[in-house]
Amino acid sequence: MKKVGIVEVTQSPGAESSLSLMEFTYKTVKELLDKVGMRRDEVDTYVMASSDVLHSGMSCANSFDIDATGGFLKPFSRTEGDAITAFVYGCMRIMSGNYDTALIVGLIKGSENADNDTITSCFADPFYSRPTGINETTAAAMQMRLYLQRYGITEEQCAKVVVKNLGNALFNPYTHIKKRVSVEDVLGSERICDPLKAMECAPKSDGVCAMLLASEEKAKELTDKPVWFKGWGASMDTFYLGDRDLLDTPLKSAAASAYKMAGISNPRKAIDMAEICEPYAFQELLWCEQLGLCGQGEGGKLIDSGATQMNGSLPVNPSGGVLAMNPYVSRGLYRVAEAALQIKGKAGEHQIDKKVNTALAHATYGFCGQWQGVVILGS
Amino acid sequence: MAEEKERPRTIEAVGTAPFEMALGPTWTRFFEGIKEEKIFGTRCKKCGRVLVPARPFCPRCFEPMEEWVEVAQEGTIVTWSYIDYTYFGLEDDMIPVVPATIKLDGTDTSWWGVIGGFDIKDFDLVAKKVKVGGRVKAVWRKEKRGCVQDIEYWKVIE
Repeated sequence: MKKVGIVEVTQSPGAESSLSLMEFTYKTVKELLDKVGMRRDEVDTYVMASSDVLHSGMSCANSFDIDATGGFLKPFSRTEGDAITAFVYGCMRIMSGNYDTALIVGLIKGSENADNDTITSCFADPFYSRPTGINETTAAAMQMRLYLQRYGITEEQCAKVVVKNLGNALFNPYTHIKKRVSVEDVLGSERICDPLKAMECAPKSDGVCAMLLASEEKAKELTDKPVWFKGWGASMDTFYLGDRDLLDTPLKSAAASAYKMAGISNPRKAIDMAEICEPYAFQELLWCEQLGLCGQGEGGKLIDSGATQMNGSLPVNPSGGVLAMNPYVSRGLYRVAEAALQIKGKAGEHQIDKKVNTALAHATYGFCGQWQGVVILGS
Repeated sequence: MAEEKERPRTIEAVGTAPFEMALGPTWTRFFEGIKEEKIFGTRCKKCGRVLVPARPFCPRCFEPMEEWVEVAQEGTIVTWSYIDYTYFGLEDDMIPVVPATIKLDGTDTSWWGVIGGFDIKDFDLVAKKVKVGGRVKAVWRKEKRGCVQDIEYWKVIE
């Protein structure tokens, strides 16, 4: 298998932006090209991830968003769904041997859109589901109830995820929410959809993430520390919530594929750090279980042990995660970018203080994590 | 799952969601100019092209376009058409329409506009007056809103 290396990544500032989507995207892509010292026409191929209608309001993503990516008159594609798929698409193009470099960009300005619950209610089918008022938050609350009851996970343990991740975000300049909070703050925040509290739900953020990928030789030429693409797995569950066990998600099979490709037999030992997509706090614990980073039902014990803290044995979301920065659509590419920065040792103030050889990046969307994707990166 | 012979039952779904999209500094400045009956383009420091309406960066050279140029309000028709049917958003009382792309003097691109100022219901008259290579000038609305519709139409220069 041909190797693909991440050469460089750039991210937009975490705060809401007054720039137009086009200007906002251009700045981050231009910064990437300047950093690697390439002109846009020297990049072989481009893959962009953006939202067409619901998360952009413009409904011309395929045609309009391209100018700011630099992909003008180049082999160019746009992906729907999470931007982590744009990353994998770019890797595959390089693995085909037809391209030496690929520029990946995920873009969204969440501040310009309707709130996530309004939008995700449109992700329900109009026949059986939408008339019931379901959206990602209400579905997550039901998943959380089941999680607490079946495994005796406590609300305090879920709240600790928020405290940890927002605490980490204070050291990451590219996050949206800058706030130190306590378990009491989280538990005392509004119960918007019992047992889910307001502070356990991710915000809605503006975020552009750009990344340059290259073939093995080209990557070594462009950077002294390429980060290698090692594994990928994705899995999609059936649409109907009632047909699923909400605590037995397709993340298990997505992870199994990714570990197999990366040659990992014991993820708890092999993975040095993980960037996990947790739009709802308790999901970080549940996803850790499904990823095999702890035993089933042991997500609560995992956070209590301190292992997932920035200085723990298995740091999870040193960037602050999605609870601190939630550019829906591009958030999966952010996980890959943050994992790559940790391997490079270039995460700045939120660099973890142990050597990172193998890192995991995870993305999810849909009700209760209907779709799951896992990327493994290596040094 | 046999196909029904009669028209099947359907569910009507109309979605509405609020969006508020930032214009950003470039488009804001362009529309401020429009309010004062001025048309601004931006010049690329690398390729030298002047693009109108103003752009934040040159899509070809990928360099910021920071030099603002007020451009002429007269130009040449590059191509045109004649819209004489309705679709959602373009109702009966809004047609016909004579869209054209217009290359303003001193610019390196053409801009979408609507030609008017005479009886455009008469296609033969339109075909006689509107020509590829013909000249037009901007006619402004009295009340400005700082948007592209502030140019009411492009008038054919006889």
